[in-house]
Order: sequence, then C-alpha cells, then structure tokens
Amino acid sequence: MTNLIIIFLSIVFVNNFLLSQFLGICSFLGVSNKMSSAVGMSGAVVFVMILAEAVTWPVQQILDKFGIGYLQTVVFILVIAALVQFVEMFMKKFLPSLQKALGIYLPLITTNCAILGATINAITFEYSFAQSMIYSFGAGCGYAVAMIIFAGIREEKMNDLGDAVPAAFRGVPIILVAATIMSLSFMGFTGMFQ
Amino acid sequence: MSGILTPVLIVAVIGLVCAGLLVVASKVFAVEVDERVTKVRECLPGANCGGCGFAGCDDYAANLVEDETLPCTKCAPGGAAAAEAIAAVLGRDAGSVEPQVAQVMCNGTCDKSRTVLEWQGLQSCKGAKGWFSTPNACMFGCIGLGDCVNACEFNAIGVVNGVARVNRDECVACGSCAAVCPQSIIQLVPKKSQVHVLCSSTDKGAVARKNCDNACIGCMKCTKACNFDAITVENNKASIDYSKCKSCGMCVTQCPTGALNTLKEMTTASFAKLKENTDKAIEKKKAAAKAE
Repeated sequence: MTNLIIIFLSIVFVNNFLLSQFLGICSFLGVSNKMSSAVGMSGAVVFVMILAEAVTWPVQQILDKFGIGYLQTVVFILVIAALVQFVEMFMKKFLPSLQKALGIYLPLITTNCAILGATINAITFEYSFAQSMIYSFGAGCGYAVAMIIFAGIREEKMNDLGDAVPAAFRGVPIILVAATIMSLSFMGFTGMFQ
Repeated sequence: MSGILTPVLIVAVIGLVCAGLLVVASKVFAVEVDERVTKVRECLPGANCGGCGFAGCDDYAANLVEDETLPCTKCAPGGAAAAEAIAAVLGRDAGSVEPQVAQVMCNGTCDKSRTVLEWQGLQSCKGAKGWFSTPNACMFGCIGLGDCVNACEFNAIGVVNGVARVNRDECVACGSCAAVCPQSIIQLVPKKSQVHVLCSSTDKGAVARKNCDNACIGCMKCTKACNFDAITVENNKASIDYSKCKSCGMCVTQCPTGALNTLKEMTTASFAKLKENTDKAIEKKKAAAKAE
C-alpha cells in the first residue's frame, strides 16, 4: 500500500510529467490560456491515461510472450489511437454530456506523447497491473496539477501584458519563461521519496 | 523467415482487431445527426463570436433545430439575411431583426475630463481599475486603455481622444466589448437610434461637472424637452427608452453639458479620419511636452 502511495505522489510532484519529464508540452502551452479549457483538457488526459494503461498493459504481456517487446511503441500508438476513437464514439451515443465536456480535447490527446510516455514508462519500470494503474492515474493528476496552476497564472497575470513585455519576448517566449520558472519551483520536490 | 513473420503477423492482427472494433462501433454507436442542423449551420456566418449566447455557430444551429421557440434572429453578424435563410430551412417566420450596435456611454474625452493620476502600469483598463478606482477623476467613465479594442474580433472599436468609439459600419453587435469593459459602460443599442446619453456617471451634478465637462448633471431639462416621454432621470443620470425615442434631437438642443449627443452615423471613413486627427493631436501634444 505504501508502495502505491509513493508511486502516486512521486509521479504527481517529483517526476511531474509536464515540469520534470517534459512530456505533453504542446498541450501544456496550447490549452493553458483559459482555466475552463485547461480543466477540460486535464480531465480528458486523466481519463484517457487510465484507459490506455488498462489496455496497453495486457497488450505488452502478449508482446512479451512472443518475444517482440521492442515493438511496443508502434503497437501502443496503434492501440491508443483506436481506443480513443472507440471511446469517443461510445460517449457520443451513451454519454453525450461527458462527450460535450471532453469532446474537443479527445482527438488532441490521441497522439499525445504524455499518454504514450506513461504507458511505456510503466512497462519500463516493470510495474504490476495495479501499480501501473496507480502510476498512470498519478501521471494524469500531475498533468492536471501543473496545467491548472499554469492556466491560473496565465489567466490572472499574463493574458494582457501588452507593453509590459519587451517586444522580443511577447507571445510564446514569455509563456515559456513563465513555464520555466514554474518548473524550477517544482524542483523543490526532488528527493522527497527514495 | 519466422523471425520476421511473427512480429508482422501479430501487429497485423492487432491492427485488424482495432479496425474491426472501430467499424463495428461506428455502426452500433451511430448517432443520427439531423440534416437540418447542417443546413441551418450553413446559413450562419461562422464568426463563432458567441453573440447569440451559445458556444459558437454549431451550438446555436443545434439549439435552433431542437428548440422551436428559440428565435432565429439572434445572429447579429448574419443579420436579417441569416434569419431569413434559417427561417426558410426550418419553415418558420423570420421575425424582424432590429440591427444593433455597441455604444460606449461616455464622452469624457481628454480635453473635457480631468484625470487624477497618470497610470504607468499594465496598459489595460482591467489592470488600472484593479489598482485604483480609475486614473480618471470620474469613477464611471471610459478608462481608454483599450480592453474593448483587444476583445473586438471585427476591428470595429478604437480609442479616440481617450474614449473608446465604435465604428458603426463594422460593428456586428456581438457584445464581446461590453463583456470585457470593467466599467460596464458599453451597451448594445438599436442601430437607427442617433441620440444617446454619453455619460454613465451617477455622481451628483456638481461633482460630475467638476470631473468632466461633458457629464450628465441630472438637470432634467431633457425630460421636459422630450415630446415622446422617452427620457427619464434616475440617480442623477438621464437614460433614453429606445422604443420611444424618435431621434428628433430636441433633448440635445437643451442639454447644457454635452452629455446628450446626436451621433452622426460613424462610418468607416469618418471613423478613420477622426482617429487620424486625434492621433495627430495627441502626437503634437506629446512633442510639445517633450520640447518643454
């Protein structure tokens, strides 16, 4: 049990996907301009990460059985893409309200490196099924934490900076600088768990 | 040979299973989309401005088909043409569209109003308002740092001589400027109305006048001058009932301060000229200040 809690906390804070491992940066910069879309995107990521983990872990067992574990990247991309498509169709039919909330973010996530990273990492660390589920849930939560904090910073302080920023830094550069500072602050968690 | 055969086979099988699953899913989970929604959507301009109150044109189209009581005149950018087209698709009466424009209810231009401090912080109205009530002496007027200008997707609003002005040719009345204005002094008014109370101050007359030459002082002269009972004064401020106003301009002749104003139709040309003139004047002023 403690093992699971450590896995969860260390992926949320110490090895945060966005701020320490630099996975899923594209959506981190792209969707974080508004709090509402950041929350929607985070929800979708947590959802898809858990689903993807639940599917790819058994698939890896099949691959291992035939001794072709090296094909995991290709197969995982295939499986995750198909899975997200399937889930979207399913939600459209049976859960239209959920589909409305997450709908536009799901296709974005299909090929998100954070999802693939979480699934492959869980295999590399040789986690059991339960451990890898907790790992992917934690990865999603870590994504959500970083995303929501950053969206809050951007919405509150950075959306209309105007002339306050030197011309060369306007737009994406100043956002990257802000993301860097936030990433530095998360370095404070390093060494919390052994 | 078998070295390569196994991986190829397995990946192919996984691919086929996924493909089969998706094909079955697309049949089983198929959702019928009402073809009227697509047609209604084609009638809308696709500006996705949200002026109708829905999340974009797609959402408005879907709601139009679902809800029969929803008026098909809500699209401001599409105007009457879009309303008629939608009505034709849905087989309803178009109803009449009263074209609207945004109107900034302030006339506190640089030369007429007083400021109490020079704001050098974040160049946005929201920022200035967040620190102080406003840099202006009048707490109600236009701050003039252009939050509305940034919000406008149609390039129809600009800050002229310290006050935001709407270009009536370009404005589609989506209301996004009104939503961001921290002073809440932008209103949507009927486009045909020419007379507006260009003041939002509810200060008492003497105070309002002290802050701005163009302020409404609540003297009630306009209410007496109006032949149609269209003007009422409440909280030291006149307001016009646009359903009664005939834009005759009687009130304007009586107004002692210039708060009530007949606006000549702001067209693209006159707007550009006005902006150019004031920009020049401001530059001159700046140059003069520098020379000193």
